Amino acid sequence: MKRLFISLTVLFLLAFNSVHAVKIEFHDFKDKQQERLYLQLIAELRCVKCQNQNLAESNAELATDMREKAYAMVVEGKSRQDVVKYMTDRYGDFVLYKPPFKSNTYLLWIGPVLLLVLSLFILVRRIRSPEDKTLETLNENQRESVRDLLK
Amino acid sequence: MLFGLNNDPKVIPSPFIGQAAPNFELPRLYKKDQTISVKEMKGKVWVLNLWASWCASCQAEHRVLTHFINQEKVPTVGLNYKDYGTEDYGDAALTWLERLGNPYYAVAVDTKGMAGIDWGVVGVPETFVIDKKGIVRHKFTGPVYQKAVDNELIPLIKQLREEEG
Repeated sequence: MKRLFISLTVLFLLAFNSVHAVKIEFHDFKDKQQERLYLQLIAELRCVKCQNQNLAESNAELATDMREKAYAMVVEGKSRQDVVKYMTDRYGDFVLYKPPFKSNTYLLWIGPVLLLVLSLFILVRRIRSPEDKTLETLNENQRESVRDLLK
Repeated sequence: MLFGLNNDPKVIPSPFIGQAAPNFELPRLYKKDQTISVKEMKGKVWVLNLWASWCASCQAEHRVLTHFINQEKVPTVGLNYKDYGTEDYGDAALTWLERLGNPYYAVAVDTKGMAGIDWGVVGVPETFVIDKKGIVRHKFTGPVYQKAVDNELIPLIKQLREEEG
């Protein structure tokens, strides 16, 4: 049992560790601004291969290439919009963690607010509406049986 | 939302359909002093197939693809993705083609994978159909299979050949 525990712990540690074992390339930037832009981009772009990691966290080969592309564009002096446009032109809005606000994502953005407003509306209406159900009166027979039950 | 559950999250719709094919000019396999570019394919209905010798499903699709290329006589450019010339694979692409046959009109060597990114590659194999005007009309993700060739690719090729260049 103890051995199992130890091996499980080791396994956990290894699994946990691997999250941090991402290969990071070293890049030279002209100035701090470019570096910040690059770091911002790789944090907000999604690795399309692994799907739930951003470019910064992923060590998939495709993510490395996409980082490389983002780096090349940043060093060329391209703006954030340029890089984002390049990526979305190729991979669609999917590549963005934060989907843009447009016709096919209205529901996604407005949905939660809509639900909140709707449920508040229903809640308020139910609270305000007078309790119009009058208590049913029992007839003599029923009363009798209730009394019997309570004896 | 419920409908979304039926979608395959791995198939990312390509924003390229209906857009101009991204250009590349890359050295050719076998003829290293020559290049092959997207531009020079203009005027033809053609196919771009991304493949690599390290990719098992490329091998799986190769027979179907070869048969399709030969039967329809459709010029097909193979984009050899991060394979030939890389540290890990060297010239494995050459032996791969020798063993399985080479149906390609030309093979473009994309050692760094940058043309692949330009084409929005997610994973090889991927197959694109480009019309005479150089517009991407279809993308097939994953290994092509006979049914897809018969139902999607061949009718599309025939239709595109009818269109004006």
